[in-house]
Amino acid sequence: MSPDNCCGGAAHQTAFSGWIQAIKMLGFGNFEAWISATDGNRMAPYAIELTGINKSFGPVHANKNINLAVHKGTIHGIIGENGAGKSTLMSILYGFYQADSGQIEVDGKPVTINTPNDAIAMGIGMVHQHFMLVENFTVLENVMLGAEGAQLISGSITKARQELKHLEEEYALQVDTDAIIEELPVGLQQRVEILKALYRGAEILILDEPTGVLTPAEADHLFRILEQLKEQGKTIVLITHKLREIMAVTDNVSVMRQGEMVATRKTSETSVEELAELMVGRRVLLRVEKGEAKPGDVKLSVENLTVKDSRGVVMVDNVSFDVRAGEIVGIAGVAGNGQSQMIEAIAGIRRAETGRVLLDGEPIGVTGEADPFMLRKRGMAHVPEDRHHMGLVLQFEENENSILGYHGDDEYVNGPMLDIDGIRSDAREKIEKYDIRPPNCRLKTANFSGGNQQKIVLAREMEQDPTVLIVGQPTRGVDVGAIEFIHKRIIEMRDAGKAVLLVSVELDEIRSLADRILVMFAGRVVGERGPDATEGELGLLMAGVEGEPTKEAAE
Amino acid sequence: MAAPYAKLPPWVDYGLIPLVNVTVAFLVAGLVVLLVGENPIRAAQLLVQGAFGSGDGIGYTLFYATNFIFTGLCMAVAFHCSLFNIGGEGQAYVGGLGVAIVCLTFDTIFPWWINLPLATMMAALTGALWALIPAWLQATRGSHVVITTIMFNFIAASFMVYLLVGPLKPVGSMAPETRTFAEGAQLPRLDWMLEMFGLTIRSAPLNITFLLALAAAFGVWVLIWRTRLGYEIRTMGFSPTAAKYAGINQTKVIVIAMMVSGALAGMMALNPVMGDQTRLQMNFVAGAGFVGIAVALMGRSHPAGIIPAAILFGMLYQGGAELSFEMPTISRDMIVIIQGLVILFAGALEHMFRPTIARMFHMAGGGTLRPAAEPGE
Repeated sequence: MSPDNCCGGAAHQTAFSGWIQAIKMLGFGNFEAWISATDGNRMAPYAIELTGINKSFGPVHANKNINLAVHKGTIHGIIGENGAGKSTLMSILYGFYQADSGQIEVDGKPVTINTPNDAIAMGIGMVHQHFMLVENFTVLENVMLGAEGAQLISGSITKARQELKHLEEEYALQVDTDAIIEELPVGLQQRVEILKALYRGAEILILDEPTGVLTPAEADHLFRILEQLKEQGKTIVLITHKLREIMAVTDNVSVMRQGEMVATRKTSETSVEELAELMVGRRVLLRVEKGEAKPGDVKLSVENLTVKDSRGVVMVDNVSFDVRAGEIVGIAGVAGNGQSQMIEAIAGIRRAETGRVLLDGEPIGVTGEADPFMLRKRGMAHVPEDRHHMGLVLQFEENENSILGYHGDDEYVNGPMLDIDGIRSDAREKIEKYDIRPPNCRLKTANFSGGNQQKIVLAREMEQDPTVLIVGQPTRGVDVGAIEFIHKRIIEMRDAGKAVLLVSVELDEIRSLADRILVMFAGRVVGERGPDATEGELGLLMAGVEGEPTKEAAE
Repeated sequence: MAAPYAKLPPWVDYGLIPLVNVTVAFLVAGLVVLLVGENPIRAAQLLVQGAFGSGDGIGYTLFYATNFIFTGLCMAVAFHCSLFNIGGEGQAYVGGLGVAIVCLTFDTIFPWWINLPLATMMAALTGALWALIPAWLQATRGSHVVITTIMFNFIAASFMVYLLVGPLKPVGSMAPETRTFAEGAQLPRLDWMLEMFGLTIRSAPLNITFLLALAAAFGVWVLIWRTRLGYEIRTMGFSPTAAKYAGINQTKVIVIAMMVSGALAGMMALNPVMGDQTRLQMNFVAGAGFVGIAVALMGRSHPAGIIPAAILFGMLYQGGAELSFEMPTISRDMIVIIQGLVILFAGALEHMFRPTIARMFHMAGGGTLRPAAEPGE
C-alpha cells in the first residue's frame, strides 16, 4: 500500500470529523463505523484476501483450502488450538513458507510473497511471539537494524531518531530510544517490535500470540495501542488462543480447526462459548464445576519465608500461609512479584534466606539441605511454571520424561540399572489415562503439542499420589480442550484430599479453581480473599493497593 | 522463526548425511591433491589399498581404530553431559603411566591375562584422576573444562617427560622410555581373527585391546541409556535446570561424567603401550585424543556411530602412511589436512547439507518423512 493512501485517509477523516461529531451527538454512534466501512469499500475491498490456500508438510496437511478476508482498518482475530494451522497461515502471508496452491491478494492486487522482505515491501509487518531483537543493542539500533540505508550510519541514525519520535507521538508508543533492550520489561520490548514494523512502513500488522509473555496490565496496554493503530487506519491480524482477548479487541474473528477455517464471525455477534465450541469442535465447559471444599489438616505450612534472587534482591518477603488437605490455595499476582521464587523455594530448588516450610508437620530445611529428590519421596509433587526448561527435557523420549525426578524410585530401577520395560509400560498407562496424544511413549517430547507436554508433567506428578501438589501456571500455552482436562484433574486431586498450591497469572483460572486466594505483590502476600472475590477487587490488590475495602468504607 | 526442522528417517540422519559429508570432505581433499600435482583418483586408490588391501593393512587400520574408539567414547560421555573434554590427549598420556606401573611391577610375576585387567583398572584410574581436577573446578567453581583440560594436556606432557627422562628410564639407557616389558605384560595379537577371513598378518600390532574397545563401546551404551547414572548425565547435558528440578546432584554428575570420560581415555593407552611397543614411550598418544573429538562428532556421540567413525579415521591414518610412502609429494601433513577436512565437514559443518537433503526428501513426497517413533538410542 502506498503512503498516499494512508495520508488521503487521514485527511478524509479530519474533513469529516466535524460532521461525525455532530452526528454522534445526535445519537448515531455507528455512523463513524459506517463511514469507514464504505470508505474502505471504495478504496480497496480488503487489506488481505487469501483464497484457497493449501500447505502440506509431508503427510501433514497444515492448511486446507483456507479462505480469509481481512477488512482494511480493522482488528481481525484468528483463533484456534495449538497446531490448528494459524502460525503456518501467517508464515505463508509473511513469506516464510510458500503455499502449495492458492492466491494472496494485498489491497486487492494479487501478489506473490517469497520472502519476508517481499512482505515488508508490501507493507506487511509481523510481531513474533518470541521477539527478534538484539538484546544488547539500543532501541534505536534495533529499529534500524536491516534498514540502515547506507554504509555509514550516522546520517540514518538522525533520520531514524526523527522518524521514531514521530511514530511514538502518532501512536502513543513511548519508549526510551536509547535504552538497552535487555534492560526493558517484556511489554516494552514488544512495543519495540511494533515500532520496528511501523518504521518499515507496515500498514498491516500481524501479531502472533502477543500476550503470551505479557502480564494482564501489559496486555491491556497492548490492546490500547492496537486500538490506536486501528484508528490511524492500520489493519491488524491478531493470532491467539485466548478467547478473552478476541472478545476484548477484535472486530472480526476467524476460527481455525485442524488446518481448516471453520468459521468467520463478527465479534459483536458471537460469544465466548460459541467460539470455544468452534475451536474444539464440541461444547467446552469454561467454568469448572466443583463441589464444596472439605479442608482437613494443614499439610503445607510456610512460615516467614524470605527468598532472594541471584542478584541478591529480596523477591519473597516474610511470607506465611498454610495449605490444608482437600483445598486449593491460589496465589494470584502479576508475574514477577515473587511467585516463581516462592514456589521454587518451597519445592527445594532455590535456597531461601530465612523462614521455615513444613511438609506434613516436618520442616524441609528450606534454607539449607532441602533436596527436590527427597521432597518427592516425602510426598511433595511439583508441576513447574516452565515446563520447557524445568519440567521436561524436550530431547528425551516421552517415557524418559515420565520418570524425571522419580528416576531413582524402586519401581523404575533395578540397582544401578533403569527398568526400561517397567518405565515404558508405566508411561503407556499414563498416556492412556491422561489421553496424551499421539499415544507413543517413544516419541521425542519436543514433538508433542504444548497441551500434551503439560499432560506428561501432570501425569508424572499426580500419579505419584502426593500429599502436597504445587502447580505453577498449569495452562500456560495450553489449548482450550486441554485446559478443561487439566482443571478437572486439579479439582480431582483436591477432592482426593491433597493439599494443592496453585500459582497462576491467569486471574480467571485462580478464581475458578481456588478455594482461597492469596494475592502477592512485591514479594508479600497483600491480601486473602474467597473464590467469590470480584476481578476488580483482586486487580486492585495485584496492583498493590492494600487495605480491606470494608475498613475503608467504615472510615 | 526458523524454517521447520523437518524430521528425517533415522537412516538418512545417521547414514546418508554423514556419508555425504565424508564424500564432500574427500572431494575437497582431492582438490588439494590436485594442487600439489598428483592424481587424486590414484591417491584415493592408494589410500584405500593401503588401509584395506592386505591383512597387514587391515590390521593396522583396526589397531589405530582401537585408539580412536577409546578416545571417541571418552568425548562422547562428556558430550552427553554437555562437557567438552579436550583433555583426552593428556588423560590418555597419564593413563599410559598407569599401564606402565602395572606392567613394570608384575610383568615377570603374572601372565598377561592377569596383568591386562590390572593394567586396565590402573589406566582407567589414572586417566580418571587426571580428569578429576578440571571436573571438580568446573562443578564447584565454574572454571570451564575446555580451558582447564587443555592446560592439563600440557601439564601431562611435561610430567610424563620428567618421568621418562628420570625415574622411569632404566639406568644407562639413552632413550627417554621405560625398559621393554617382559612377556607377562605383552598382549596377544589378534592375527587369528583376520586369518579366519583368509588374510595373512606379518607385523600388524592389532591386539586384544580391540575387543576390549568394542566391549567398552557396549559398556558406554549401557551406561548412557540403561543406567540411572546415564539418565542423570543426559538430563544434566540437555537441561541443567531440569536436572536441578529433578533433584540431581549436579556437582556429582559432572565429576563422575568427567571421570568416566578420563577413564576411557586412559584405557586407550593399553593398546599402544601394552599391545604394540611393550614399553612406555614419549608421545605415544600421538594426537589420538584430539582425533577422538572428530570421531565423537561424526558418530553423533553414539557407540554405534563411534565405531565406524573410528575405523574411518584408522583408515586415514594407515592409508595415509602408505600414501605418503608411495607419493612423496604427499607428506604426512597432507593426511592431517584430509583429516581436518573430515572434521570440518562431519563436525563443524554438520548441518550444511541437511536442509538440502531434507528438501529433496520433502519433494519426493516421502511418506517416510514422519517416523512413527524416533528412538533416542
